[in-house]
Amino acid sequence: MRGSLWQLGQSITRRLAHGDKKAVARRCFASEAELKKTVFHDFHVAHGGKMVPFAGWSMPIQYKDSIMDSTINCRQNGSLFDVSHMCGLSLKGKDAVPFLEKLVIADVAGLAPGTGTLTVFTNEKGGAIDDSVITKVTDDHIYLVVNAGCRDKDLAHIEEHMKAFKAKGGDVSWHIHDERSLLALQGPLAAPVLQHLTKEDLSKLFFGEFRVLDINGSQCFLTRTGYTGEDGFEISVPSEHGLDLAKAILEKSEGKVRLTGLGARDSLRLEAGLCLYGNDMEQHITPIEAGLTWAIGKRRRAEGGFLGADVILKQLEEGPKIRRVGFFSSGPPPRSHSEIQDEGGNNIGEITSGGFSPCLQKNIAMGYVKSGLHKAGTKVKIIIRGKPNEGVLTKMPFVPTKYYKPS
Amino acid sequence: MDAQHDHSISVEREREREREREREMACRQLWASRAASYLRISVFHRGFSNVVKDLKYADSHEWVKVDENSATVGITDHAQDHLGDVVYVELPEVGAAVTQGGSFGAVESVKATSDINSPVSGKVVEVNEALNSSPALINSSPYKDGWIIKVEISDNGELNNLMDSDQYSKFCEEEDSKH
Repeated sequence: MRGSLWQLGQSITRRLAHGDKKAVARRCFASEAELKKTVFHDFHVAHGGKMVPFAGWSMPIQYKDSIMDSTINCRQNGSLFDVSHMCGLSLKGKDAVPFLEKLVIADVAGLAPGTGTLTVFTNEKGGAIDDSVITKVTDDHIYLVVNAGCRDKDLAHIEEHMKAFKAKGGDVSWHIHDERSLLALQGPLAAPVLQHLTKEDLSKLFFGEFRVLDINGSQCFLTRTGYTGEDGFEISVPSEHGLDLAKAILEKSEGKVRLTGLGARDSLRLEAGLCLYGNDMEQHITPIEAGLTWAIGKRRRAEGGFLGADVILKQLEEGPKIRRVGFFSSGPPPRSHSEIQDEGGNNIGEITSGGFSPCLQKNIAMGYVKSGLHKAGTKVKIIIRGKPNEGVLTKMPFVPTKYYKPS
Repeated sequence: MDAQHDHSISVEREREREREREREMACRQLWASRAASYLRISVFHRGFSNVVKDLKYADSHEWVKVDENSATVGITDHAQDHLGDVVYVELPEVGAAVTQGGSFGAVESVKATSDINSPVSGKVVEVNEALNSSPALINSSPYKDGWIIKVEISDNGELNNLMDSDQYSKFCEEEDSKH
């Protein structure tokens, strides 16, 4: 048994690199000394952060609190995450919206200014290149955040299509916000704590909404969103003010909002039934298969116009061959790649994420099974280290979400 | 004769003191874990892990306590500290053969799975069934209540392949400094 948290960091990094061979090669040669550091790195270490390599960055997987305690505390009080390794960028120009609509499945034109949504960048076969939270700031400005492990391929993909688009006279340009840092403040205390640090009334900012405003003395991009299932915010802050903001948040919460690492974040998103790109979503999996049909706007279902639309619209008509589902199980927690069998011992799918749920105190997992076998309540066997374990299909989220929405 | 007798008493007293220390540590750890569980207070992981003097240690972070041909096996405090909260232990069957360095089970935490390797060769004669319902015993009491298997040893000479507590402490420091 060796350094399990280290293994986890390595495992996630390797998973994220899957499907991007150039990135794999580069990452294999990176030594620990070459890992990138966020502006919070020394702050993490000073607070007991256990740093592991993650998508080319040195990131905290855990602090003094155990992953179990951190996960539970996020849902009871709150968590502050450094997610600066994720990549924020802006697309600007009169044609920014039509440009982005070629690349993602969302109805960007239909978004009201100041609102955002989770979307998927697709490839020509309808598979997912990455998932992303996109926000329409104005009709000619889109702000988006992509996953750390997908940054290189996403930026290359966008750049390639932007060149072609501009060559045809399209008006679009971009800016990568590498001068900013990203914090995620999540949980029931997120809004009360953050309200102390800004004059704008946060009770009027709903889930998915975006504002540019002053927080703790610096100009921030604030989105009411997160990847935990809780109410909360993602805060893009100028890097030179990031540390002050993190300290102010922790101070205002009087110790109840805790620094929280990637380990707990992974438990939280799993409990919320959210996909981890590289595990639950990959280049060969479509948004339909992943259960993200809701993210394809109504107009887009009628019109298409995004990469891989023919495959996706066909799946909308005929139904996909596989579907992402949730599982409860007994025995050891399922992990990625555990085989799923029906009660007769036939292979019907594979686990893509799994673990022990700190909030539910039982095993949870998600994975893909053949269509037709995806009904909640269906009994299955999950094969772990060669042994079958009882499992049952369930709807997700496992833990109810608490997004702040108009009532 | 008197000298021999005195030595014997001295050794016995030392063993008793060691057992008392072990019980005290186990109780303290168990209390800390229970209190943390009840109050949702985090237990701060120490900067160093606890080792017990009269055990032998493997470089894959298992311990073994030997009494003639009988061995008790578990994972170390260092191992459970790195694992985090243990949620499941996969135990072997009584009667199973184990070999030094070979995997005989697995321990699962919230985030990761790790094999458990046996520090000795022989046959499993008892498994700690309490771990089925209380896997967290491995976190709260890795050297006592969290023991995993008892083995009838087939080759005592293999113990020379293992580390004593000082060697193991040094090994852990070196390993941690590499990561």
